[in-house]
Amino acid sequence: MADSAGVTTEEVLRVAELANLDLTADEVPRMRRDLSAILGHIAQLNELDTAGVPAMAQVGEMLGAEIESTGASLRADAVHPSLDRAAVMAAAPESDGRFFKVPKVIER
Amino acid sequence: MGLASATTIQEVRAGIASGKATATSVAEEHYARIAAEDGPSGKGINSFLALSRDRALAQAAKIDALAAKGEALPPLAGVPVGIKDVLTMQGSPATAGSKILQGYRPPYDATAVTRLEAAGAVLLGKLNCDEFAMGSSNENSAYGPVRNPRALDRVPGGSSGGSAAAVAAGFAVASLGSDTGGSIRQPAAFCGVVGVLPTYGRVSRFGLIAFASSLDRVGPFATNVRDAATMLGVIAGKDANDATSSDRPVGDYVGALAKPVTGLRIGVPAEYFGEGLNAEIRAAIERALDGLRAAGCEIKKIALPHTKYAIPTYYVIATAEASANLSRFDGVRYGLRAGGVKTLSAMFRETRDQGFGAEVKRRILLGTYALSAGYYDAYYRKAQQVRTLLTRDFLAAFAQVDAIVAPITPTPPWKLGEKTADPLQMYLEDIYSVAASLAGICGMSVPCGETTSGLPIGVQIMGPHFNEENMLRVALAIETAQR
Repeated sequence: MADSAGVTTEEVLRVAELANLDLTADEVPRMRRDLSAILGHIAQLNELDTAGVPAMAQVGEMLGAEIESTGASLRADAVHPSLDRAAVMAAAPESDGRFFKVPKVIER
Repeated sequence: MGLASATTIQEVRAGIASGKATATSVAEEHYARIAAEDGPSGKGINSFLALSRDRALAQAAKIDALAAKGEALPPLAGVPVGIKDVLTMQGSPATAGSKILQGYRPPYDATAVTRLEAAGAVLLGKLNCDEFAMGSSNENSAYGPVRNPRALDRVPGGSSGGSAAAVAAGFAVASLGSDTGGSIRQPAAFCGVVGVLPTYGRVSRFGLIAFASSLDRVGPFATNVRDAATMLGVIAGKDANDATSSDRPVGDYVGALAKPVTGLRIGVPAEYFGEGLNAEIRAAIERALDGLRAAGCEIKKIALPHTKYAIPTYYVIATAEASANLSRFDGVRYGLRAGGVKTLSAMFRETRDQGFGAEVKRRILLGTYALSAGYYDAYYRKAQQVRTLLTRDFLAAFAQVDAIVAPITPTPPWKLGEKTADPLQMYLEDIYSVAASLAGICGMSVPCGETTSGLPIGVQIMGPHFNEENMLRVALAIETAQR
């Protein structure tokens, strides 16, 4: 877990980059402080011995025997109608009606 | 003609069936009240973000045509309902309380919305909420806070603050909200109304703008337990569009209310009644338990030993899932797109920086950190293991009791602005709600009194997975004892 010094500014900037968030200069110290405080609180989880405890990702798949299956299942691999393209493109910030238009992808 | 004081589903339906009112007049009365009181020139409650008059009145006309022919009316005929703005209604805006979806109009209805309308409900409009359902006070909305109708200088709770407030203020007879870590139960308690958290998988999440997909649930608000049970029965059930929805048969929730609670075993967990619980809330809940005892319930002390780890577990899992779910908001396909950018990656970053509020950014960063290389095992995997332990606590408890009664909030509603400076303090307000969220069990909040200064107090009832009947019966007993 994070050391007791908390999160560094570099870590905040690295994580912001991973999350595609452009933090402004004055947002960074506040985030660093808040994240350090919250991660400090989260460190309590270390008090628990979880050796051999299965990780629970989904209620539905939970531990097979421990609660009955909720019946979450896969549908047949068949084509179904989806959304109306015109309706979807109408919500786009920029499009030619068929494709979404964005600034250039390859930055050179 | 109209039903100015109708506050229940039954009153509205009966009024329309008997000809005392029409669905149209009921809808117009509610719109008039919204116009007079919801905005800044009224009480400034700010519960509605958008009204869907055309759709509402078209539906009301359909119901009136049925009533005029003397035909049987569907279960929610003419009932004015509001929809939290994280749920999609085709043609109406869906902002999720965020600037990043400003102007977005979804091309489809959420399943819960479709089912309500098919049952005759009149959908009045979209309700304010904390941005992307992240918050406990509805102060994180990009469209202004919601005020508690019971105390206008105080918060209504969150994130479904608008949904709770609209029902409490009489703007809607019922509403839909969502609950990921307490966002239905806590505002219900703060506003003095009933709010239900169905078992995970009981109600389809199709059309719910996702916050944390293994935790999010859609559920109803109402003024009374019977109405909440009616709403739940309408929206519950398997949905082919939601692979996590359960195919277990939907119970007869209203029918179950007729069974007296005599003999039900009620668990009271010591961990929920420790320090930090407001004395008036504790006293009100103890009175409610006395009432249940008098009604023939057996009250048993139980232990939920991992309770104190629920908040850190929740804030790792929920934020990790949120960081993944909110990565789709990038300016490409819908909503806000930052202008004046030269490259795609600049567009992503600036759109998200401009479009997301501080709390959302904080949670995305926390979640990204917890999932990042080098930290995944220590945070995310660890939290998932603790989630198992928390769930086992409940499974063990429900082997001995039929329902659990506990507080839902440690304090009564606080004043607007009082807790916004310290996010961790705000997170700790969720202390009684998140364990049930993590375990996937059902829960609800029902009013059980007031503080000496008149602020609403709610009590939480939790039930076993897919046994909403037990908790609804207990809730009804508590509600009845209040009268």
